[in-house]
Amino acid sequence: MYDGGKIITGLIIGLGLLFSPFIYNAGKAAKTPEPVLTKKAKQAKECIAPKAFMKEWHMQLLDKWRHEVVRENKRYYRPRELATKMTLDHDLMDQWRYLVSIGKRHYIPSDDKVYKKSVEETCFDCHSNKSQFCDECHNYMGVKPYCWDCHIVPKESKEKE
Amino acid sequence: MAVDRREFLKIAGASAVLALGGKEVVDILVPGEVEASMKDLPIGQEKRWAMVVDTTKMDDNLIKRCQEVCHHIHNVPDLDSPKEEIKWIWEDDYEHTFPEQENEYVAEKIEKRVFPLLCNQCTNPPCCRVCPTQATWQREDGIVLIDEHRCIGCRFCMAACPYGSRSFNWGDPRRVMEDDQLKKLNPDFPANPDYPTRTKGVVEKCTFCEERLAEGKLPACVETANKIKKGALIFGDLADPQSEVRKVLRERYSIRRKPELGTGPNVYYII
Repeated sequence: MYDGGKIITGLIIGLGLLFSPFIYNAGKAAKTPEPVLTKKAKQAKECIAPKAFMKEWHMQLLDKWRHEVVRENKRYYRPRELATKMTLDHDLMDQWRYLVSIGKRHYIPSDDKVYKKSVEETCFDCHSNKSQFCDECHNYMGVKPYCWDCHIVPKESKEKE
Repeated sequence: MAVDRREFLKIAGASAVLALGGKEVVDILVPGEVEASMKDLPIGQEKRWAMVVDTTKMDDNLIKRCQEVCHHIHNVPDLDSPKEEIKWIWEDDYEHTFPEQENEYVAEKIEKRVFPLLCNQCTNPPCCRVCPTQATWQREDGIVLIDEHRCIGCRFCMAACPYGSRSFNWGDPRRVMEDDQLKKLNPDFPANPDYPTRTKGVVEKCTFCEERLAEGKLPACVETANKIKKGALIFGDLADPQSEVRKVLRERYSIRRKPELGTGPNVYYII
């Protein structure tokens, strides 16, 4: 082998560079996201849907709200209706299947609450700490929703950002 | 079995209630538990929202006040540049408001009047026809809206609108929060945290305050104008012959902007 020493040294350096991020991060697990609930959210106890559902499906729900409010002028959300009525709406069916799959088939909200379909007036009312609540998971997942380009984030969190 | 007088009256009464609209009558007699504010107010296909401007009551100050309130609650920034200007309601003179009125000898008091201009919420809106993404559309009650989520900023609608009612966001409106000079002009932007701002590259315009109509409130400009001068702006349902707008239009002479184009504007100007 001509120039064997140089080639092998080069290979070692090259491989070293290639694997350096892995070696550097070895043994360090990325921090699990821990969304913080505000006092108000804790006191409310119940979100507009079960926690497991909100965790996985809030974006679909928000998308549905967006359509209904903007296009159909349907501005109020009644979780009880959603849980008790099997409307043949594709999204609703998906949600229903999900509730069944997590063993919450008979999940029915405690009372007949009515929520305004509004990020600002409903979601941010309790979850006023975007940086500790929304961003916590969004950053972990590497998703960048552009909701906040227009929808106004409550001031409190802005200061912490 | 013969029906006696008493029985007959009972049946007649019940039939009358049903004939008068069945459920509606029952609803009025036995009100539901849900508060009005928590109900989805139906758009209502029978409704046709319109505005009547009593131009005899207009002046600079009143229009300016309406604009301030409108732009304040809808987070419309003052960008201090006619090229980038965003406006939902604004003011112009007679010549520019009614360019097709080619009368050289107009009564002086009319010629010198100022007119508030806003989206005409046309019955036959050209802007909606040209939108390639259906981001702007006409609701059943006649209001022309923009789905800002879907607008791609092609500005076809702006070219199609003969009234210049639409404004384009050349930049992020939130830049007024950073720029020192613009900050002075918009000290409390965004003033209404419950109403979204727009973003770079979308078109916006007056919505007849559809978010307020949904709560059973009048448009902000109408409310403001009436506080200053009663009856300066009148808002209502054209489809209802008993509505205030219809009443005013029956009694007084009004014109619309560029009706010859066939857009069917729904803002009427009493001269």
